[in-house]
Amino acid sequence: MCLGIPGQVVEIVDEAEHLARVDVSGVRRVISVKLLAEQGVAPGDWVLVHVGFGMAKIDEQEAQLTLDQVQRMGQDYVDEIELFKTTAAEAS
Amino acid sequence: MTSERLTPSASQVPDPEDRTRLRVEEFRKRRPRLIDEVVTMAHGAGGKSSAALVDHVFVEAFRNPLLEQLGDGALLRLPSGERLVFSTDSFVVQPIDFPGGTIGDLAINGTVNDLAVSGAVPQWISVAFVLEEGFPIDRLRQLAADMRAAADAAGVQIVTGDTKVVPHGSADGLYITTAGVGVVPADRELSPAAVRPGDRLIVSGTIADHGMAVMLARGNLAIEADIESDTAPVNGLVEALLAAAPSTRWMRDATRGGLGTVCNELAQTVGLGVVIDEGLLPIDPTVLGCCDMLGIDPIYVANEGKFVAVVAAEEAEAAVAALRGLPGGAQAAVIGEVIAEPAGIVAMRTPFGGTRIVDMLVGDPLPRIC
Amino acid sequence: MKFVDEFRDPAAARALVKSITELAGDDEFKFMEVCGGHTHTIYRHGIEHLLPANIELVHGPGCPVCVIPMGRIDDAMWLAEQPDVIFTTFGDMMRVPGSRGSLLDAKARGADVRFVYSPLDSVKIAIDNPDQHVVFFAVGFETTVPSTAVTLMRAKALGLTNFSVFSNHVTIVPPMKAILESPDLRLSGFLGPGHVSTVVGTHPYRFVPEVYGKPVVVAGFEPLDILQSVYMLLEQHRDGRCEVENQYARVVRPEGNVAALKLMGQTFQLRPHFEWRGLGFISQSALRVHDDFADFDAEVRFSMPGVRVADPKACQCGEVLKGAIKPWECKVFGTACTPETPIGTCMVSPEGACAAYYNFGRLHRETAQMVGQGAVGQGAGV
Repeated sequence: MCLGIPGQVVEIVDEAEHLARVDVSGVRRVISVKLLAEQGVAPGDWVLVHVGFGMAKIDEQEAQLTLDQVQRMGQDYVDEIELFKTTAAEAS
Repeated sequence: MTSERLTPSASQVPDPEDRTRLRVEEFRKRRPRLIDEVVTMAHGAGGKSSAALVDHVFVEAFRNPLLEQLGDGALLRLPSGERLVFSTDSFVVQPIDFPGGTIGDLAINGTVNDLAVSGAVPQWISVAFVLEEGFPIDRLRQLAADMRAAADAAGVQIVTGDTKVVPHGSADGLYITTAGVGVVPADRELSPAAVRPGDRLIVSGTIADHGMAVMLARGNLAIEADIESDTAPVNGLVEALLAAAPSTRWMRDATRGGLGTVCNELAQTVGLGVVIDEGLLPIDPTVLGCCDMLGIDPIYVANEGKFVAVVAAEEAEAAVAALRGLPGGAQAAVIGEVIAEPAGIVAMRTPFGGTRIVDMLVGDPLPRIC
Repeated sequence: MKFVDEFRDPAAARALVKSITELAGDDEFKFMEVCGGHTHTIYRHGIEHLLPANIELVHGPGCPVCVIPMGRIDDAMWLAEQPDVIFTTFGDMMRVPGSRGSLLDAKARGADVRFVYSPLDSVKIAIDNPDQHVVFFAVGFETTVPSTAVTLMRAKALGLTNFSVFSNHVTIVPPMKAILESPDLRLSGFLGPGHVSTVVGTHPYRFVPEVYGKPVVVAGFEPLDILQSVYMLLEQHRDGRCEVENQYARVVRPEGNVAALKLMGQTFQLRPHFEWRGLGFISQSALRVHDDFADFDAEVRFSMPGVRVADPKACQCGEVLKGAIKPWECKVFGTACTPETPIGTCMVSPEGACAAYYNFGRLHRETAQMVGQGAVGQGAGV
């Protein structure tokens, strides 16, 4: 369940009420960032938005790590094929 | 390539999943049933419920060969041999002003476009108003001016009309009904029967602009975005397309129910399959962002100045080039093609390399949380 | 980085699918995605047909719209039809059928039913309509509960007297346990619900490997997230590991969102038991409004009929939700039960397993692959 999409904080609208304006591909909405109050939210941060609430800050480093892993996992197969081809060629 | 139907009947298929799938497909191809006891908003959303209501109430009562085609307009042949297209449409949009247009623009463009995609050159329009007691005359004057401007832009004349007033509370501001007549040039033949596998699908521009603009203009979602309705006449684009691609076989304006519903109507009319390349769909990034935020699929969102055409493969490039040269056609694109199998089905090829089915819209598109 | 397109790269996906195929070898795997959001991604992007045939994805119970029993929908409609009530809910709840139609039908009969994007919008409606009572029909797993919690806090702080919540919030772990207890279950692991985990973290799933011996990978919602999570589950099998892993680390912290959990504890209490459509009664699986917020609890303020309505007999949603049968194996699938006329919960929401299969997935595997491999002009499928 739970439609959640990444949005970028562009402005803190109301510090006391924890309201921030986020941007999703040019679409803007004021959301509540109360659930992220302890971590603090600032313009430029990316947050996961669900039903008008920031649920979690999105960690760019972790995102990059995940993408690197995806590349590596895909590469495993390519490497194996290369290895297989090389060894096959050597064996023949 | 073969035109033979390869689809066997359900009982002949050994695999139980395939058997179920075929049974469902056979079931799905039937016209929708009308099961509701009262009219709901879904009956006006242009999807399956609308089709069911029209089939089981109106076609049932009015039955005749011209009506049964259920096109955007009726093709009428005069004793002289000349052909007219006659079409009508009602406009109840709320709010009556929205970014990119007003109910007045829509009322003219909607009927102009129905005539144009039926192959006619739109010429005369009638206008009927249902006004709510208390509606400001100034606003009405402004809307009338919008309509005049839209008519001038489309090259049509408003030649007759009617006005009714209902008590305060019996209508929401005003409703407009337009009807129109256009003349079909003597040498023009659009024929769904000519559609064949390999033909290309062209859309005249970005999709989902109007529906999202209006949804946001209602204000209850508190979403801010620069999205404008695409309301515009397409008769100029249609003429350019027909000149560049004389093979054009079929056209439909993708209004309520969106592109997805129109493609299903095509697949069912011609009994062939349609495959859309999701990656080729022209969509404004902001509109897409808005759809993502609300969990709405843009292929079911209404357009008011876009049409889909089926043209022979060899003329597709010229057709797109012709459209791109005109205002309102800059984003025109080939988005898919007609295939033999699976017949009657619209499939979407995702940029990710997967495939899915695009069914007709069920109900009204609503924002979702999950 | 925009955190969307990067995770939809077709080239990376192709390489990953090859690695997955290699890693799976000839063994048969059945992984359940608990969350309806995953089901949606899988069908929306056509992932099922990209994976090798020996990896089967089973669609689990994680669609909160689908699991609300008919009796609760009837209560919601009753509330909506009370004089001077404005009834608000999320768009996807409007179509869910109870025993006498859906909220859309109630609206057609004259009830003031409105969809909102956020629960907080209901508070605004209450402020703008002081002479009417606004009831928010709250549904959702732990992802959505904190938003209702903040809404309740806000209503209390504003001293509103014309606002209440009809809570149907549910929790994710009890239905997972119920599924794991089912004797006809044959699962090789779980794709854990990514967005629920932003709130609850990854620790609550530890019992799955520890007690039931099944691996869990908490997964994100883009296509590459799903593929990578499948790969990680296969790696666990290959290495003889069985643990909870987190693929969705860019969003999910192991401890979850502590502030959100605290707010939930202040505003909601566990119900002793709650009925799930298709799964029956599950103990401690749902939340009611906390006694401290009783003034804002629609169940306290209104005497709803509260009549239990049995699931339709023909419907096999329970088996589908447990992964015991595939959607198409249900007797009424696609004929008596379709998205226009849903009988069972799985057909109701676009995220339901049956609706997703019906809407997106009914292509024959080979047809899908043939169509999918082409591009316009290459004559695919012709």
